[in-house]
Amino acid sequence: MNLNSFFFLMISVTLIINCDAQENGPKIQTPKTVDYTFEVVADSIDIPWGLTFLSTDEMLVTDKSGILYHIKEGVKTEVEGLPPIYVRGQGGLLDVAISPDFETSNLIYLTASSPLGEEPGGHTALYIAKYENFKLLDLELLYKGDYNTKKGQHWGSRITFDNDGHVFFSIGDRGNREVNPQDITRDGGKIYRLNLDGSIPEDNPFVDKDNSRKAIFSYGHRNPQGMTIHPETGKVWVHEHGPRGGDEINVIEAGKNFGWPVITYGINYSGTPITDKTEDEKMEQPLYYWLPSIAPSGMTFSSSGVYPDWKGNLFVGSLKFEYLERLILKNNTVVAREKVLDSIGRVRNVEEGPDGHLYLGVEGKGILKIIPKK
Amino acid sequence: MKLIHLIFGLVIAGISFQLYQQKPLQQSINDGEEIYMDFCLQCHQQNGKGVSGVFPPLAQSDYLLSDVNRSIFAIKYGLKGSIIVNGKSYNSVMVSQGLDNEEIADVMNYILHSWGNESEENVTQERVESTLKK
Repeated sequence: MNLNSFFFLMISVTLIINCDAQENGPKIQTPKTVDYTFEVVADSIDIPWGLTFLSTDEMLVTDKSGILYHIKEGVKTEVEGLPPIYVRGQGGLLDVAISPDFETSNLIYLTASSPLGEEPGGHTALYIAKYENFKLLDLELLYKGDYNTKKGQHWGSRITFDNDGHVFFSIGDRGNREVNPQDITRDGGKIYRLNLDGSIPEDNPFVDKDNSRKAIFSYGHRNPQGMTIHPETGKVWVHEHGPRGGDEINVIEAGKNFGWPVITYGINYSGTPITDKTEDEKMEQPLYYWLPSIAPSGMTFSSSGVYPDWKGNLFVGSLKFEYLERLILKNNTVVAREKVLDSIGRVRNVEEGPDGHLYLGVEGKGILKIIPKK
Repeated sequence: MKLIHLIFGLVIAGISFQLYQQKPLQQSINDGEEIYMDFCLQCHQQNGKGVSGVFPPLAQSDYLLSDVNRSIFAIKYGLKGSIIVNGKSYNSVMVSQGLDNEEIADVMNYILHSWGNESEENVTQERVESTLKK
């Protein structure tokens, strides 16, 4: 081998190695000082997907396998009256959230994989019910995606509310990326917006489009499992799982197309490309994308002053790297990322409680509360 | 004598029916591959090697190959707690994926005959059906 071909070989090898090692900054940091600890508020939950507070010391927690727990002072009680749940692949009982008027109405919202409908398989559904003494009463189906499929992937789902009387929820692309996310006449790969009573808001972006699903608010999503309201702007922030690479944070707006699978920063799990496009003038760019993927699930802003320095920061669970990620933003740009509770386990969910503390759902563990050291 | 012939005939018919019902192994492996891509790949990876320390390997996995029933049970009902695979400890949760008995048989046949795994086993739907919670 002569010197030239040796250098050529070395350059090729470097390029091949770098292909997969490409990272999107800022680089994740380990904090120099840790001035917080955690305590377990409820243990032994396999996949604690959703968490909502009924009062300062009472919560409802979903387990994906189809259990809704009422939890108070560490005691778990199963809540009766759930709809039929289709536990399949990444699907099951998903998110739970109290209505903004819970104090007077006692209403809660649920998303779940549902087998209802003609075709075999299932799709994501949104329910509303009254919560009373470990029971769901007057359960009502507000929305069900179709068409059913036996695919195990990408059901979403998260629920959140804006300050104008709307409920938002997500459905993933249901394992059919070539068909669902870019087609507004089909469900899947969308964020939906309804009035609190389940009716379609008159100003939803696609109400006048023929054959469209009128509940759609934004489209071109892959599998959104994190959604929250920005405490100051009131805008809906969503993150979604990318394929290999290309998990995204998006601030959604009415009628906008977020690009999946036409544009993405990710590649197939097998390593083959999905598309060579990362942008398109008709589609939105993410606020941030993770490369490599962290497998994000759950998202909230810290709006309280409970933790020094954390106010206004965004918190996202990482299933893959088993930590809670803290993202520091400046003018809607991620300027720093930090690991919180490294190696804690697969973080499925994070919520801010009425006491201003952050609560984590960790797979196989349960619900953890982060406590600042005095 | 006629009765014996009749019984004999029925037994033969029964056996051939059973054999006819049984999916050919190669077909089962092919169907299992599709299930694998849908339900298993994200954790156990395309090459069956898993993620060291997090998701155990299926390729050349002593845990899998030394006791097939154990894995059928795990896919059917889920698996949690500490296990040792190829000398390494794993302590994650694998929840039931909601697969039916035929799908579990197919995906078992796929993983038992992929990535260099060698196995005499041909997992049938009936075997999965008879794997029951203790």
